[in-house]
Amino acid sequence: MDAVIASLPEYWDGFLRTLYLSVISGIIALIVGTLLAAMRVSPVAALRGFSMFYVEVARNTPLTIIFFFAAIVLPRLGVKFEQFEVAAIIALSSYTAAFIAEAVRSGVNSVPVGQAEAARSVGMTFTQVLGFIVLPQAVRTVIPPLINILIALVKNSSVAGAFFVLELFGYGRQLSNDYGDQVLWILLGVAFFYLLITVPLGLLAHFVERKVAIAR
Amino acid sequence: MTTQASGDALVSLNGVNKHYGQLHVLKDINLHVKKGEVVVVIGPSGSGKSTLCRAINRLETIDDGDIAIDGKKLPEEGKDLAHLRADVGMVFQSFNLFAHKTILENVTLGPIKVKKVAKGTADKEAMALLERVGVGHQAPKLPAQLSGGQQQRVAIARALAMKPKVMLFDEPTSALDPEMINEVLDVMIQLAKEGMTMIVVTHEMGFARKAADRVVFMADGQIVEDATPEEFFTNPKSTRAKDFLSKLLTH
Repeated sequence: MDAVIASLPEYWDGFLRTLYLSVISGIIALIVGTLLAAMRVSPVAALRGFSMFYVEVARNTPLTIIFFFAAIVLPRLGVKFEQFEVAAIIALSSYTAAFIAEAVRSGVNSVPVGQAEAARSVGMTFTQVLGFIVLPQAVRTVIPPLINILIALVKNSSVAGAFFVLELFGYGRQLSNDYGDQVLWILLGVAFFYLLITVPLGLLAHFVERKVAIAR
Repeated sequence: MTTQASGDALVSLNGVNKHYGQLHVLKDINLHVKKGEVVVVIGPSGSGKSTLCRAINRLETIDDGDIAIDGKKLPEEGKDLAHLRADVGMVFQSFNLFAHKTILENVTLGPIKVKKVAKGTADKEAMALLERVGVGHQAPKLPAQLSGGQQQRVAIARALAMKPKVMLFDEPTSALDPEMINEVLDVMIQLAKEGMTMIVVTHEMGFARKAADRVVFMADGQIVEDATPEEFFTNPKSTRAKDFLSKLLTH
């Protein structure tokens, strides 16, 4: 217990870095994932094919391998970055985007097809139909799975700890070495700080879900 | 079968065919609708009349033949198709009002987003249309709070807000309770009197008698008869039409 209290500055630093990785990767993944979902339902076959291929590859590859690719292979291919955080963000957002794309796609499919037909009938283009009619209604069904994915993202960000990024889990490893006799407390401390992010996310999901519920 | 010259037709279909797998749902359809004409399409279930209606604004693709609106051939996809659809109003059996938008927004969304009409102007025009179809006081409500008949009248107002050249009605009263059918038909009859070009797929023979210039009878994917209502109801030529009408009249 004293080890945890003595290490609060490290925990705090790790917490902020985990939060940073999760928020940035989460935003990128939401944007990329929504674009991928839009491509998947677009009338252009090539876009549909690309989206499907991307989602299948990213979703079915272990996150650690994607991290390896981002942190070690990309620099060899000439993509240079100063910090490993950048590699972590690339890996986390490209992995998470695939799951978000699938969640958004299922949300789009949950909107009755007549809504899109009516929107097309008044002369809206594909992007207008999606942006004004389908996605706003899809959000309602997409919020719960989306929050699940974001919670998974927060936890997945711990993989970055194994790739030289000092976030919560990275510090956890370091502190476990420093306080060999109090590993249990150190790890409980790490878990506590993760809960500090994930539990509010769950509550937010609950709140938003009730807020956007609408009668059909 | 009467065949009109296609020269002055607002909507013209030439040699249109469509298959759903093995099923040949539209068989060599030729139909020409002049400006201001009200054409009612009737026929038994599965005769292809809804598919025909939906094909006219390309909610259904066709295998061959061509469809033209006001002399312009229907584009395949993209912006051109969207432009063309803006000129074709569509009213669905299941209303399809935008569930997350208010009644007023349902009517103004098209003009604002597609025609770039200023919001103030769009609101004013939309209110006038809603008053005209008798649901002006419902403007701030959501679609789910309205009855079916009211929703369908809003759907008509939404289509009219785009100032379409032609209105398509795909069984507009089939999902309504009997006492709400008339309030929708009254709006449609009014519209027909004002000179709107209309293609109406319906089972309402009363509407066909009252408002139609022509009745098109379809069966098994083909246009079997194309006549004035008077002619069709009193003296149908084909046995298929006679059979269909006799079934209606026995109840």
